[in-house]
Amino acid sequence: MTGLPAMRTVYGVLLNSRAEFEAWAPRMREAPYKAPPAAPVLYIKPANTWSASEARVPVPPGVPQVEIGATVGMLIDPAGEAGGFLLVNDLSTPQASYFRPPVRANCLDGFLGLGAVVPAQGQDPARFALEVRVNGELKQSVRFDALVRPPHRLLADVAEFMTLGAGDVLMLGLAPNRPLARAGDTIEIRAPALGRLVTHLVAEGA
Amino acid sequence: MKHARVVYQGRAQHAIESEGRMLLDDGSRVALEDVRWLPPLAPTERPRTILALGLNYADHARELAFKAPEEPLVFLKGERALNGHRRQTRRPPGVEFMHYECELAVVIGRSAKRVRREDAYAHIAGYSVANDYAIRDYLENWYRPNLRVKNRDGATPLGPWLVDAADIADPMALALRTSVNGRLTQSGNTRDMIFDVPFLIEWFSSFMTLAPGDLILTGTPDGVVDCRPGDVVVTEIEGIGALMNTVA
Repeated sequence: MTGLPAMRTVYGVLLNSRAEFEAWAPRMREAPYKAPPAAPVLYIKPANTWSASEARVPVPPGVPQVEIGATVGMLIDPAGEAGGFLLVNDLSTPQASYFRPPVRANCLDGFLGLGAVVPAQGQDPARFALEVRVNGELKQSVRFDALVRPPHRLLADVAEFMTLGAGDVLMLGLAPNRPLARAGDTIEIRAPALGRLVTHLVAEGA
Repeated sequence: MKHARVVYQGRAQHAIESEGRMLLDDGSRVALEDVRWLPPLAPTERPRTILALGLNYADHARELAFKAPEEPLVFLKGERALNGHRRQTRRPPGVEFMHYECELAVVIGRSAKRVRREDAYAHIAGYSVANDYAIRDYLENWYRPNLRVKNRDGATPLGPWLVDAADIADPMALALRTSVNGRLTQSGNTRDMIFDVPFLIEWFSSFMTLAPGDLILTGTPDGVVDCRPGDVVVTEIEGIGALMNTVA
């Protein structure tokens, strides 16, 4: 697999955007959730999902739409800190529920676009500004200045229950109202500090 | 053949079981007590995918007051969750309920995409025993079971052996049992899985590619009990091995 950073386990975090958390808040005490999440809720994007920029990612028949999760990954260094940042396109099939781990929606081959790693030194994640385009049309702007857990707090709260080590990646979370795309579309995520990440969705077998 | 991965004289290496002793790749033949056991898996270039099933035995689903799932309930783990035979797993302070789960572990041998169930066994390298500890105090109803419950460092012992698939005539008819400090606490049979191994390989490979070295932990039957520091927990599967762990 060329064009991918050397990585170990890639983790995503649910509901780390303050805007999405607030949108969910009225439902958080209802079944099946019954209470707001207390600790970071993580998920894993396994190695079969990894795809480099410009990859052609197959969309199976029966998946009419794919949700675009434009975010930033922290590449963890041996000290357990963010040693680098990279653009991430965390694709999934749209899910209404957050009750069960969405393995079948999240873990399709190629469903995690990964950009080039930029050294963390001199970077302030609160200033990252991502633009998401589908076939050239601007669909969403994503900022990281209003997170439930900003990067240092997120790393500390995760470290309370598991170790993140060299080569692991922890994403900063997804914004609400994620744009949709379908087979045949080209997705571009761009940020001044982080470069660009392009994903071509193609009909499986095409 | 039974394979292990062990540290002996400071070096990690592959070994096989030989007449009650262990034959290491460097030619040494040593007693089973003289090595430090690692999970019995060859290192992989990319991180291995570890898929784990919840509620995959009808009796355990009832025990936890759930109706049996209509499609597999699956969650993923990172590699740091794995631990070796005869190692310790930490019980965090202040916890009320930490329980073992004895599970048949399937190790993928050949890349699998869109494999039909009748071809599933050809994609399996072998089997091992997993103890998929859960700390129920930390359960939250968000991506349940959440990783704080299920992905703690060293809280998924695996081993002692990886047994070649060819040596297991029928993986869907194996007795499982767990003892705590020598007292039998869990007893079941892999024939009682809701989603059997060929189904799981067909189902996973219908939407994702499984790679050699990937793991499927197939769930546990009923009979889980709280484990306290100092408890010696042995999870055992007929023909595959007895995996020992101490709660610390």
